[in-house]
Amino acid sequence: MAKIVAGMGTSHVPGVGAAMDNGKTDEDYWKPLFEGLVPLRKWHAENVPDVNIIVFNDHATSYSLNNYSTFTVGVGERFKPADEGWGARQVPDMRGSPELAWHIVECLMADEFDMAVVADVDLDHGLTVPLSIAYDQPDEWPTEVVPVCVNVIQHPLPTAMRCYKLGQAIGRAVASFPKDITVGVWGTGGLSHQLGGERVGVVNPEFDTAFLDNLTADPLANAKLTHTDFIRDAGCEGVEMIMWNVMRGALSDRVEEVFRFYHVPVSATAYGAVILENVQGSNA
Amino acid sequence: MTARDYDDVPGTYVLDSRTYRKGYHLNMFLMSLNKAEHRAEFAADEEGYLLRYDLSEAQREAVKDRQYLEMLKLGANVYYAFKLVSHDRQPPQVMYGKMSQPEMSFDEFQQMMLAGGRPIEGNRSKQEKPNG
Repeated sequence: MAKIVAGMGTSHVPGVGAAMDNGKTDEDYWKPLFEGLVPLRKWHAENVPDVNIIVFNDHATSYSLNNYSTFTVGVGERFKPADEGWGARQVPDMRGSPELAWHIVECLMADEFDMAVVADVDLDHGLTVPLSIAYDQPDEWPTEVVPVCVNVIQHPLPTAMRCYKLGQAIGRAVASFPKDITVGVWGTGGLSHQLGGERVGVVNPEFDTAFLDNLTADPLANAKLTHTDFIRDAGCEGVEMIMWNVMRGALSDRVEEVFRFYHVPVSATAYGAVILENVQGSNA
Repeated sequence: MTARDYDDVPGTYVLDSRTYRKGYHLNMFLMSLNKAEHRAEFAADEEGYLLRYDLSEAQREAVKDRQYLEMLKLGANVYYAFKLVSHDRQPPQVMYGKMSQPEMSFDEFQQMMLAGGRPIEGNRSKQEKPNG
């Protein structure tokens, strides 16, 4: 049977990808971030699953006001990095995992999560930057991916609780997949940031720290936050943190935080990353 | 229009159904800049390109003048506005600085972030900060 081995949460700021693509990681501005990521990359080098389920959002790239779904699973064989307005990132294509992706879709529908599916879609920095953060600059990404796209831009958004429950359902779906494969689940986006309006640049380390603490201490507390809680305290775009709830929901009741890094600023964002491992013997 | 509890958050423009309807064509224009051929056409003739979209005069002027805060007030969402910033080959901090009130230069905005960002204290509610 398939097994979820760990979860990662990470911000997906496009500037991180641009810094890597343009060879700027040694500059003073970027050094603290990339030095902070060294243990995360070491962990990923030693813990490569067969597939990563990557929960991310699109940023007016492949979806727009014209056509938007709340939860979308990518079932394609292969996905290209998207042109988001400055040319596509020069990173490898993503290899999909159609068999697992379809199994997840079928299980979720039976579990009353009405998912959209997409096959032919270009993926933007929301998904490619976390891959770069984890795996640096390989010729091929080391795992297949199942993209799970969440609408966190165009209100009404799914609630933080709905995201947590979706994660639990993804956890059940993976556990029932009949092949012996290992699976990682990534929640991306956040942490506190606001990119538009007069309040642009607002960050809130106190809110972020409580959110990160509660991933292990009290995940339901993070699931009970309202969109306005996020908008008010973590900035308009801080609401992306609901995608971390999907990741957390897919893990077991008890998890151990084996890595945490927090750094302000990356562009106008508070950068955060964690790695959570399932505690053996606790319920999936 | 139904009031929302986040309407009390200062200096913040949430993409909801009200913004959606007001900014639909503006955002679809911005979105079109994802394609290289559209970027080239827009660069060659901004005025003519903008006429392909059903924009108000105020929206067209805000785009031509790169008045990002005004664009948000007229229904643009910041993720769509980024397409114009990218088209201009500007770093996002230029837009962030222009949206700040009072306006900041690239360096001033960068310095604010390096010093820990805009503080949340005093910025949670219009009760604390009436004008954003």
